[in-house]
Amino acid sequence: MKYHARVEVSLKPGHSDPEGETTMKALSELNYPVSAVTVSKVYTLRLEASSLESARQKVDEICKRLLANPVKDNYRFEIEEAK
Amino acid sequence: MKKEDIKVCIMRVGGTNCDAETKRAFEDLGVKAEVVHLNQIIKGKNLLNYDALVFPGGFSFGDYVRAGAIWAKGIVAKLGRDLKKFVEQEKPVLGICNGFQVLVEAGLLPGLDGTSKYPQAALATNEPIGYRCIWVHLKLENSGRCIFTQKIPKEKVLRVPIAHAEGRFMFLKEKESEYLQRLYDSDQLVFRYCNEKGEYADGRYPVNPNGAFHDIAGICSPDGKIFGLMPHPERAYYGWQLHDWTRRTRVPEYGDGRLIFESMTEYLTKKF
Repeated sequence: MKYHARVEVSLKPGHSDPEGETTMKALSELNYPVSAVTVSKVYTLRLEASSLESARQKVDEICKRLLANPVKDNYRFEIEEAK
Repeated sequence: MKKEDIKVCIMRVGGTNCDAETKRAFEDLGVKAEVVHLNQIIKGKNLLNYDALVFPGGFSFGDYVRAGAIWAKGIVAKLGRDLKKFVEQEKPVLGICNGFQVLVEAGLLPGLDGTSKYPQAALATNEPIGYRCIWVHLKLENSGRCIFTQKIPKEKVLRVPIAHAEGRFMFLKEKESEYLQRLYDSDQLVFRYCNEKGEYADGRYPVNPNGAFHDIAGICSPDGKIFGLMPHPERAYYGWQLHDWTRRTRVPEYGDGRLIFESMTEYLTKKF
């Protein structure tokens, strides 16, 4: 079975996000009423697995081993069967 | 082991830099050094033929995902067993800048409980944000465990350049104090950012150029044989590499970075 996964990796709350803060400053200078900006990274994956559960396990492992550093990152993902 | 019999492997992948400077530093000390591509080592299965391993600086694989992450996972997947043996044989492993990021991402540093499956630390985006290429001062914190700093006089303040965008050393927030204590207990803290008088940066920019926790610029493994640092010692090897050499009336022959390569060479000649 083929699956599509959308993984979002973001900084853990409380960790400073200089990219987000810099973006927020720029938006304030443009007079937008924005009070917080956080920057995340999105990966979209296409993968093969025997079941949805197995795909879920694989993607979770992928996140832990490569896409996120557990010291500073949180991750979440959505999976659906590829049409 | 005689100096001329030592063979250092400087590993290269797409995006590494300063491998030539590192090679020249070792050669100046009378040591053989080869710049070898990761794929050549995998193909030749010859990592264990070398006596020391250096991960140089740069922007391996375009810093995709996170600086050092792709290279680190590639090494774990394809060279993991040989690297484990290499480390068990107490051969020194040095990671400079991107090389330090690789050692952290590969779980070799800080290695509080041996090599970890997932990273125990991170080198996060600089704070203030931005790529920074400046000269910094370093204070030696190690009491003798690190084999890469044996030749550095205890109170010496080193002057070495940095060049990175992701160098903010950090631990998991809730583990910060525990892990820092463990670094001190096992003498793994090696360099902290300081001013020219040797006073700690205390997080203040630009003395601490990236916002690193506890002003940490470099750490070693519990056995002192694996060492990673954000600054580039190979860019401060010769006196003429110093940023102010043209303003000096007398240019020293060597810069402070040489002490690290000298220490590493001395360890190899004595140990093997």
